[in-house]
Amino acid sequence: MQRLIRFFKSLFLLELYKGLSVTGRYFFLRKFTLRYPEEKTPLSPRFRGLHALRRYPNGEERCIACKLCEAVCPAMAITIESEPREDGTRRTTRYEIDLTKCIFCGFCEESCPVDSIVETHIFEYHGEERGDLLMNKQRLLAVGDKYEQEIAAAREIDSAYR
Amino acid sequence: MIEWIQSVFSILPEALQTLVVILLKIVAIVLPLMLCVAYLTYAERKIIGAMQVRLGPTRVGPRGLLQPIADAVKLMFKEIVIPAGANKLLFIIAPILSIGPALAAWAVIPFDVELVLADINAGLLYVLAVTSIGVYGVIIAGWASNSKYALLGTMRAAAQIVSYEIAMGFALVGVLMASGSLNLGEIVAAQSGSFFHWFWLPLLPLFFIYFISAVAETNRAPFDVAEGESELVAGFHVEYSGMVFAVFFLAEYANMILVSGLAVIMFLGGWLSPFQGLPQAVFSIPLLGAVLDNGIHWFLIKISVFLFLFLWFRATFPRYRYDQIMRLGWKVFIPVTIVWLLLLGVAVLAGLPPWFDAV
Repeated sequence: MQRLIRFFKSLFLLELYKGLSVTGRYFFLRKFTLRYPEEKTPLSPRFRGLHALRRYPNGEERCIACKLCEAVCPAMAITIESEPREDGTRRTTRYEIDLTKCIFCGFCEESCPVDSIVETHIFEYHGEERGDLLMNKQRLLAVGDKYEQEIAAAREIDSAYR
Repeated sequence: MIEWIQSVFSILPEALQTLVVILLKIVAIVLPLMLCVAYLTYAERKIIGAMQVRLGPTRVGPRGLLQPIADAVKLMFKEIVIPAGANKLLFIIAPILSIGPALAAWAVIPFDVELVLADINAGLLYVLAVTSIGVYGVIIAGWASNSKYALLGTMRAAAQIVSYEIAMGFALVGVLMASGSLNLGEIVAAQSGSFFHWFWLPLLPLFFIYFISAVAETNRAPFDVAEGESELVAGFHVEYSGMVFAVFFLAEYANMILVSGLAVIMFLGGWLSPFQGLPQAVFSIPLLGAVLDNGIHWFLIKISVFLFLFLWFRATFPRYRYDQIMRLGWKVFIPVTIVWLLLLGVAVLAGLPPWFDAV
């Protein structure tokens, strides 16, 4: 009996119609495709993109060269050298992130006691030459200066969960 | 201008005049056909995209409509690489051998009552003969490439095409018995009446077998073991690049349109309208009447339905295993067709109405 049922099922191609009806239904569904440069997915305030070094509102750089980020970085992408400044505070003389090594885990951001190193929502960047993706202190600070408002806004939204 | 062309034309010797007329007719068939082939690739990407809940090409031109043209331009500017140790002559002839039959068969396809390039008596035989040349294109392509992978792909493709040719031929024998003619125009004429006079009903199993064999013949999914893009590279045309590759590609799609056209002519009454048999008053309504009446538009609509089915199958079914393909062709289709041919013979002898009472 079982064999007979299977015989008739395959003779009349019943299973095939089932399959066709599934794809036929999907044919009319709304499409998920996003036309990328014109449309973009919403980004979480926790999104981990390009790095930036922030400043305090008075213009003083936040980083105190504690080197926690350098220590925690699993990809060893961060290199820091520091010296006391004229006013006696400890500051970095060199702060480099090799973006070709970075895995964007966000540990540097989490380890930072002064919220200096952060990851922004920028992900559309590129390098055209060797070294373009090797971010030094000036460039990191420049990113921070340029996007400070957005960085602060994202931190504000997420502050309740930190 | 027109008069000038006429005067030049009348100067030509008579043989040349017929030649020019025939050539113009060929161009009138092949050009739209090529355009259809190009836009069939676009339709394929769009439809399969839609079934996979994505959009398909949208970038080139409005709604991606210029995509096939961009593809063609890209392929034309690519280098044609002839592999070392390949037989150059055969390597170049192979794609021509595979697209030639796909286009030549259109000579006998009747688009409308009188709209056919060559109204020959043995049209069905001609179609079978010409399309079976296509397999030589595949075999020669694989052999001339001087590559073991191409050769293996060729063996698979050729075995499959040859096996399904038999089932397909038997299915067409059924049509031949039912219509009593080898002329494609007369086969269509024998189906006139209404939707239920078409041969799909008395020849239902043959209709299914014909269409499934046609899918296998054209090496389309789910019978595309020869190409099998997820497991092999490309089968018999691995070594082809640029425009020669494009010719194989065109041949595949031209063949799809051809077998769809044949299915329409054999089983779904070609240019006949499904509304045939309605009271005559309906057809004298100005615009609607012309649409509902028989005509080339019905032929094209039916072909489009079949082409959609081809794409639908590709989006739905997983690929057959090789031994399953062979089992289906030899051990299922051929026995079923033979049994149905016997039943059909009885029905034709008995003059079963409404199909066979006139014969």
